[in-house]
Amino acid sequence: MIGDYTFGEFTSILAMQGFAGLILFSVFVLMALGLAIIFGQMGVINMAHGEFMILGAYVTYICSHIVTEYVPGLFPVYFFIAMALAFVAAFALGVLVEWGMIRFLYRRPLDTLLATWGLSLILQQVYRSVFGAREVGVTLPDWMMGSIALTDMIEIPINGLFVMALTLIVSFAVYFILFRSAWGKQVRAVLQNRVMAGAVGINTKRVDALTFGLGCGIAGIAGSAFTMIGSTGPTAGQLYIVDTFLVVVFGGAGSLIGTIASAFTISQAQSTMEFFMSGSMAKVLTLLTVVGILMLRPQGLFTLNIRR
Amino acid sequence: MQSPMHSDSTFFSRQGWLSFVVLAAILLLVLPAAFDIFRLNLIGKYLTYAFVALGLVLCWGMGGILSLGQGIFFGLGGYCMAMFLKLEASTPEATKIQSTPGIPDFMDWNQLTELPVWWQPFHSFGFTLVAIIAVPALFAFVIGAAMFKRRVGGVYFAIITQAVAAIMTILIIGQQGYTGGVNGITDLRTLLGWDIRTDDAKLILYFVCAALLLGCVLLAQAINISKFGRLLVAMRDREDRVRFSGYDVSNFKIFIFCLAAAFSAIGGAMFTLQVGFMSPSFVGIVPSIEMVIFCAVGGRLSLFGAVYGALIVNAAKTSFSESFPELWLFAMGGLFIAVVMAFPNGLAGLYREHAEPWLRRLLKRSVARPAVAAAANTAN
Repeated sequence: MIGDYTFGEFTSILAMQGFAGLILFSVFVLMALGLAIIFGQMGVINMAHGEFMILGAYVTYICSHIVTEYVPGLFPVYFFIAMALAFVAAFALGVLVEWGMIRFLYRRPLDTLLATWGLSLILQQVYRSVFGAREVGVTLPDWMMGSIALTDMIEIPINGLFVMALTLIVSFAVYFILFRSAWGKQVRAVLQNRVMAGAVGINTKRVDALTFGLGCGIAGIAGSAFTMIGSTGPTAGQLYIVDTFLVVVFGGAGSLIGTIASAFTISQAQSTMEFFMSGSMAKVLTLLTVVGILMLRPQGLFTLNIRR
Repeated sequence: MQSPMHSDSTFFSRQGWLSFVVLAAILLLVLPAAFDIFRLNLIGKYLTYAFVALGLVLCWGMGGILSLGQGIFFGLGGYCMAMFLKLEASTPEATKIQSTPGIPDFMDWNQLTELPVWWQPFHSFGFTLVAIIAVPALFAFVIGAAMFKRRVGGVYFAIITQAVAAIMTILIIGQQGYTGGVNGITDLRTLLGWDIRTDDAKLILYFVCAALLLGCVLLAQAINISKFGRLLVAMRDREDRVRFSGYDVSNFKIFIFCLAAAFSAIGGAMFTLQVGFMSPSFVGIVPSIEMVIFCAVGGRLSLFGAVYGALIVNAAKTSFSESFPELWLFAMGGLFIAVVMAFPNGLAGLYREHAEPWLRRLLKRSVARPAVAAAANTAN
């Protein structure tokens, strides 16, 4: 197979494939960050995480329609507004869900899993009833279309670059919020010792609600970014939930660096293998490898030493 | 969560025998008498899910191991049966229009020219019967041994089993030439020369299915009352203490997981026989998690509840999807939330809390024998 290409062609294919992997990596990181916060920091299994993501995607879709209808002048920058709104919508729904459902289930993680699965079914049907069963896409502003030609053969799509930049910003924001802010300190204190955190005056219930909301809000941003590279349907969230969970578990729950590292490994492995075999076999092999490694090393790649 | 109580060493309490007889009467007498063969065949299909739910009662309710991959084992059992039936249907005479006669039609469509080696043994019925139990149980053993020996449990186990279910589906769909792809293995006709598509055959298969299910209930109950059953409950509630008492916890977990897999596989094989095909849509993430809800609705601690749960949820699903298809997902989602938030012990819990005291009063009044009340006190 390799013999058919010249060396130059081969390296550019590798570069393009690597770049496709980087875009996949960015989306994985965006999706997994929210989950890493909810699952890693709080120990809650949120099976509806994909649906929070789709909520963000639909908010972006609505925004693109409203902007083109009423304020076409804003069109070049509507994406930033849409992203903020997606965050707010997903955050609000997240806090609501935490208040109405999750807070009763903190001691029963398996039951959280089932309850949030029920929530995801309901949300899916809501999307289907409101937006129809067909997949929808958004129109990108002109400056996001097209690609930059690095050499004759290597072209880099601008929307991919944008998603990557966004991922970088969101990752740093999450890092600062969790590890450099007073509120982040409270979150980590609650994670390490809930009772003592409460005893020193931290409102653990409020921290829980906001942490869950933050995780969901980031899922909303991920969904918004997702519209840039693909179309959105009511059941799209379910397609990614297992991948996302594997990313988080593989990285080691509770470790943000681990999440990013595992997202990188999985996405690069998958996109590289996709070049050599069919997409479905590449996915099977990637997932099998991840499951295999998890069987040998259940704690994931990176671990935090936490006394529970 | 309350655990079932056993006052003595009898197999079932009096109440338990009563429940068993009632279940047997419903399955073997009432339902066949009340429904025509089309509906009865549907009920038989629901009953195949009851096998899975029964396995989940043992594995999840008693053992505390939530597997979100029971569809894998259901599918493996079903596919083993389907492979045998497909080979029987693909005689050289029946497939003489193909470019390679004698191999299943989907292989011919995918340019395969000979039967793959791992299909060969499925020419033998005896081998198939063994494989239906052995293949899923072996697979469960591999997963279970890898996970439980390293003390992985709880949500991690659930997520990994779910991932395996996803892998399985992608693999089956991707390897169209070997598995029939997304359509599955269809067009199954005869079992050892006996046409399984006639009404008579469907009736017989329904009774076989119901009888097997009752047998599995008895087997599950035998485990339930044994020392092993008690250890299982102890493990669920305080795993460390059981380990410190000198038991090898992982072996018990592996065993119960394999047994649940074997139950699911029997269900899958009966599904193939009664419905006449097997496809990846019964293997993946969504069907697997739906199987958990059958068990949860019936009551995760009750063997009888699991059977009723599977029947009721599936009947509801059929009637909802016939009349209000868009409402079904709302109902299903609501069911998941309600069963977790409001009725963690499902129908069996409701029965125990509300119907049983009423029944007991009724019995007391009419029979007026203290022994009955004492027997009724001990829940099945």
